[in-house]
Amino acid sequence: MDYTILIGGEAGQGIDTTANLLAKILKRHGFYVFSNSDYMSRIRGGHNFMQVRFSDKPLHSHISQNDIIFALNKETIEIHHKNLTKTGVIICDKDIPLEGIKGKALSLPLLETAKELKNQKVFTTVGLGVILKYFSLDLSIGEKAIKEEFNNKDIAELNLQALKKGYDLIDTEISLKTSKDENILINGNQAVALGAIAAGCKFYCGYPMTPSTGILTFMSHHSNEMGIAVEQVEDEIAALNMALGASYAGVRAMTGSSGGGFALMVEALSLAGMIEVPVVVIDVQRPAPATGFPTRTEQADLQFVIYAGHGEFTRMVIALRDVEDAFYQTARAFNIAEKYQIPVLLLSDQHLADSLKTVEPFDFDKISIERHISGEEAITEEEYKRYKITPTGVSPRILPGKIPGQVVLVDSDEHDEEGHITESAEIRKAMVEKRLRKFEYLKEEIQEPWFIGKENPENLIIGWGSTYGAIKEAVENLVDEGLSVGALIFGDIWPLPTQRLFELSKNAKKIIDIEQNATGQLEKLIRQEALIKATHKILKYDGRPFSSDEVYSKLKEVLV
Amino acid sequence: MKYEYKLYEPSWCPGCGNYMIRTALKQALEELNLNPHEVVLVTGIGQGAKMPHYIKINGFNGLHGRAVPPAIGIKLANKNLKVIVESGDGDTYGEGGNHFIHAIRRNIDIAHFVHDNQIYGLTKGQASPTTAKGQKTTLQFDGVKLEPLNPLALALTMGAGFVARGFSGDIPHLVNLMKEAITYKGYALLDILQPCVVWNKVNTFAWYKERVYHLPEDYDYTNKEEAFKKAIEFGDKIPIGIIYKVEKETYEEKFDFIKNGPPLVDVELNPKNVEKLIKEFI
Repeated sequence: MDYTILIGGEAGQGIDTTANLLAKILKRHGFYVFSNSDYMSRIRGGHNFMQVRFSDKPLHSHISQNDIIFALNKETIEIHHKNLTKTGVIICDKDIPLEGIKGKALSLPLLETAKELKNQKVFTTVGLGVILKYFSLDLSIGEKAIKEEFNNKDIAELNLQALKKGYDLIDTEISLKTSKDENILINGNQAVALGAIAAGCKFYCGYPMTPSTGILTFMSHHSNEMGIAVEQVEDEIAALNMALGASYAGVRAMTGSSGGGFALMVEALSLAGMIEVPVVVIDVQRPAPATGFPTRTEQADLQFVIYAGHGEFTRMVIALRDVEDAFYQTARAFNIAEKYQIPVLLLSDQHLADSLKTVEPFDFDKISIERHISGEEAITEEEYKRYKITPTGVSPRILPGKIPGQVVLVDSDEHDEEGHITESAEIRKAMVEKRLRKFEYLKEEIQEPWFIGKENPENLIIGWGSTYGAIKEAVENLVDEGLSVGALIFGDIWPLPTQRLFELSKNAKKIIDIEQNATGQLEKLIRQEALIKATHKILKYDGRPFSSDEVYSKLKEVLV
Repeated sequence: MKYEYKLYEPSWCPGCGNYMIRTALKQALEELNLNPHEVVLVTGIGQGAKMPHYIKINGFNGLHGRAVPPAIGIKLANKNLKVIVESGDGDTYGEGGNHFIHAIRRNIDIAHFVHDNQIYGLTKGQASPTTAKGQKTTLQFDGVKLEPLNPLALALTMGAGFVARGFSGDIPHLVNLMKEAITYKGYALLDILQPCVVWNKVNTFAWYKERVYHLPEDYDYTNKEEAFKKAIEFGDKIPIGIIYKVEKETYEEKFDFIKNGPPLVDVELNPKNVEKLIKEFI
């Protein structure tokens, strides 16, 4: 079984709340859920929709066809009815005209029912009740979810009544077999924030910017409980500078934004490279240039984050592939940042940030905290040397105020081993080499990309980040059809891991690059670092995420 | 105080006001019985911003205009450190203007010493935000066309709890102001007038010396209206001293876990303590 329910309407109609409730209710019936959201950059009006897909097998992506369209207005039907499956059903209010619309419809007195409850707004909850009944879902699970959602008792009660009235409006059409619910339902932003808190992040700051704001919000909600300083700063310039101050003083610090905000952080990113203060920065990408598509998705900041910052210094870039990866890699980023005293940049995007996915509960035993902070043993001479030249390029790090009589001096000017400003050509050369030596040492750390599909495939796909889910489902379907297809999905991107690429590209007849940008930025990087060129490119840059069926059909065109 | 403030040879011009400010800083820290490892000097870029290279102290010498944000991060991470921001007029009021305004709004416990010589020194003589209108510079060759920024009046308007002005040529007075600013609980602005012997031929040592006067002993620095009057007095007479001072709750005191807990840097990290957060996703 595999069903998709689309809920669409205007901003402000409660699409988000209803879809999230539905996702939670389905998950609690033991189903796997994947839910994606498509919204406009406005608070009221326009057209927004969410798709909630559920199955008895794990899901990694959304698909374009819908089994149910719950239309909160006429426009939703006009836009989406062409994506209704043959057996699909439209659920809408009885007053919405359906002339010329193909497909079965359940035209119900949703608004009238809501009016009976003296609140028109709850007609979405009436519709939710209809969906529950349609799929023979347990009303009490729905009621529990509603009680959790609405803190206000009166509003909760009103919605409970609306749910029940909706539930009584129709008869069950599809009976589903449920199972025990053992999973969590989480989106990319929440998983990143949870990973950061698990890793002991004690300072997070940011300036609100879609689609990264969810991380800042989650951190802020848990600030007092978990003892984390969370700052809404005046601008993103302040954000990274402030995080560097916190890290210098000894706490694990992170900041995040989307591409435009990250652009403002670039000067301080170069500072992080120069002063060798560890920090974690996330760019939750959205379509650019400039303001672009604020609420939509793209993977076009890859080349930007790899090269951002004036001058040459060591950094690491990790792309997040799904919610589990987001959790574990964010936690890992802090260890790497502190081990090498470098900025670690995480790349997410709107699709990963906002999509809810069911996964096994995260394993906190797998999170290790490795600080790499030195004590008295770092003082080998009279004065502590913050930038002592070492074979790895990493100097012992002590914290200011922790060792009596010893001071910690970091400097954005070129500096000597103690951190003092210098004009010496000899020291300059040694320091440039020290900072870049860390890059060679860092390469030992990198993880090879995930592989999906048939070993040694004739058709090798390359991709990175959040397209993982759509590519995984498409590749698995193609392998089931007997095609020789495999995919490498990159998480660690800089330094670029090349071992698997070299192995698999030898046998591959076709190398197909799949990216959510217009220029194939990963493929360019692979050409630069490994001299391997893709034979085909599937690039999408309309701001909408790849669905797995879209990847499947595009691949079919290339493979056949 | 157990450890000394070792001094290093500066690269400042002979006669620069920064020498006197350094002397005052060292004396203020010594008189407050603070050790070099207990204080962090956060600076941007400029001649005055080189201070942590010329006195042994914890130092974060960051980017031009960006001294304030790291100082806030440092204080939140380790409330036991004394945090002093030290930078110039261009750094603080020009490039860093936005951070300056919001630092006042936050009222975090840092002292901010601005080396205000009303000119850009390190970049060779261009107008700063505090250069007088009409003054000719190496860049504004026919005179500055912008109105000068009044840092004291701006700070008062933004609700700063401590606003003061000092003069590099009056070291005992400056030492006292520095001590007051460092011990003040909250954001403390100390604008320090200093000559730039090479680039500012108008606001010379003698020019300041003729004009500055100590605020009278009966001056009520808790009176905001009086403070505004003193803040805009900048011409034939320039008052120096504490212009305004009132007690205010600091930013960090508003968070129970910072106020009553150990410094964040000393909190033991354990991923298992975070596991409970998973419940909201079940």
